[in-house]
Amino acid sequence: MAEIATSPTYRRAGGLRRLLERYPFLPALAIVLVLLALNGIFSPNSLSYRSLTGLLSTYMALILLAIAQTYVVYAGDIDLSAGSILSLVNVAIIVLMERWGGGAGAVLLALAIGLLLGLACGLVNGLVVAALRLQAIVATFATSIFFTGLALYILPVAGTPAPTIFWRTYGGRLLGLPFVFYILVGLVVLLAVLSRTRLATQLLAVGDDQQAAYQTGLPVVAIRIRGYLLCGLFSALAAFCITGDTASGDPLVGGKMTLFSVAAVVLGGSALSGGWGTVVGSLLGALTIGLISSVVFFMGTPSEWQNFVQGLAILVVLMAGVLAGRRARP
Amino acid sequence: MSRVTSFLRQPIVVALALIVLLLYLGALLSPGFASGAQILRLLIVASLLGIVAAGQNVVILGGREGIDLSVGGVVSLSAIIAGNVMNGADIGILPAIAACLVAGAFFGLLNGLGITLLRIPPLVMTLGMLGVLQGLLVVIRMGIPSGQAAPALSRFVTQPLFLSVPGIIWLWVAIGILMAFMLNRTVFGHRIYAIGSNEHAAYMAGVPVRLMRIALFMISGMFAAVAGLCLLGYSGSSFANVGEQYTLTSIIAVVFGGTSLAGGKGGYTGTMAGAFLLVILQGILTTVNIDESGRQMVFGATLLLLMMFYGRGRAMRA
Repeated sequence: MAEIATSPTYRRAGGLRRLLERYPFLPALAIVLVLLALNGIFSPNSLSYRSLTGLLSTYMALILLAIAQTYVVYAGDIDLSAGSILSLVNVAIIVLMERWGGGAGAVLLALAIGLLLGLACGLVNGLVVAALRLQAIVATFATSIFFTGLALYILPVAGTPAPTIFWRTYGGRLLGLPFVFYILVGLVVLLAVLSRTRLATQLLAVGDDQQAAYQTGLPVVAIRIRGYLLCGLFSALAAFCITGDTASGDPLVGGKMTLFSVAAVVLGGSALSGGWGTVVGSLLGALTIGLISSVVFFMGTPSEWQNFVQGLAILVVLMAGVLAGRRARP
Repeated sequence: MSRVTSFLRQPIVVALALIVLLLYLGALLSPGFASGAQILRLLIVASLLGIVAAGQNVVILGGREGIDLSVGGVVSLSAIIAGNVMNGADIGILPAIAACLVAGAFFGLLNGLGITLLRIPPLVMTLGMLGVLQGLLVVIRMGIPSGQAAPALSRFVTQPLFLSVPGIIWLWVAIGILMAFMLNRTVFGHRIYAIGSNEHAAYMAGVPVRLMRIALFMISGMFAAVAGLCLLGYSGSSFANVGEQYTLTSIIAVVFGGTSLAGGKGGYTGTMAGAFLLVILQGILTTVNIDESGRQMVFGATLLLLMMFYGRGRAMRA
């Protein structure tokens, strides 16, 4: 309570502090490195090229979903429907690819429609939260139920397989390198471009102080809608990855991933109250969640204890993420 | 005139009007939906949700982004603890109640400590706790059978107790009266509103803000535990993650009751109406003959539509 009673003090930033301010995702990076080391200790094989590629292709969907979540969290919003957008896009592209014969052209066309679908879902969320001014937590929970219903309508039961060309490409190699590496490089480029756009700054400005942003003349409603559009777009990209990884459609595949995506954002040091965060942190946060379950497995934890140890470890790093993130804030 | 409109705009009036409207609609869609027996059945289901929402309500009223995402986990945990302690025997009911309340209070205490001492945002803390609880459930389930409800508990929840109304509905009414008394007539209740509307001012006025917040999360855990116990009585035996559905629906019930998620404004009477409203809506959707997919779409869209009646944010003004 002391922080409320006393007026804020502005100390001169020390070396470590300044480093944290500049690279707020450093704690997340440290956690990832520690977890990688632990993985190596318990099972040296898990640090092999092949295992790490496998880890990346399994968790690429969560990475993208965490990044999707980050853009709405920038603006102080939240999207509890991100996982159901992922499910919806997953079943939509699976059904379209199957219906159109599963050739390369069909796959590309289905992916394009998947992106549009993700954007449409993001637009719905943006309209109900920013334009209709409903509370983000409950409104996106309601839209998540709607999107799940839509996914169930498109594909009532899990199972339709993805065309061979699709999952072979995702899990395969291109010019001697695993395909997920190209996705990662493409993602990093995309994030770098996005972080230099006006939109990223505007989202952070809205999240930091909505009233101030409005009085500066920023179109707050439009900016928040754009945040949800980005979220829908990245959720669709996440759906492509999960489709490549599981090679099938499942109308409920993303249900459990929503809360993990929120956790990954927090792990990455972003503030849920908005105005502060990095997408790189969220990427590392998603990797942290993946690495924790891998460490828990390689440690030889009895199977019934795995979820508990994993939950406990995530809670601990969540706390660490919050505390470190607060340190980093100027 | 303005007095009439302000009366009509009160959340509880809106909720009650919607309840009547939905019951009427339900009776149109399937005759007998609004019969006394059916309404009692809906009220039993609503009381389970309403009891969870009572805890959620005080946490939200306490402000500072107060929210408890771990209630679903506590409900499941409590159901399995109760099932094992009583194991189908009436003699075990009192120990089961005690064990559930202790467990609920314990996890609420952990939430409260993380939120006040480490200043972890409630959403993050309780989300992490939900993960821990779900893991714990797996551990418990592997080691022991799920357990049976005692006959007396099942009767309390499902059979008429007094004036042909089941005991759980009386319990819910009692909780409603208790909550209204606590929130409106006690120092503790006024302090909840105080920290919810202006934490700094409350602190300056000598309210033990941290202790209050810890207490609120403990209350939330205990209400979730009571709901888990009653849920066991309702279904006879507990199964995996029975409580999961309560996490977000309890928040929606609070919102439909007119309590602002920003804290400091609202009350429990509205939340009771909100819980009943939500359960009627689900009841209607299960009686009409449509696919699961259509049901979910209608449910989601209706929730959005209903939210339009409640506490929309203010438009930005310079």
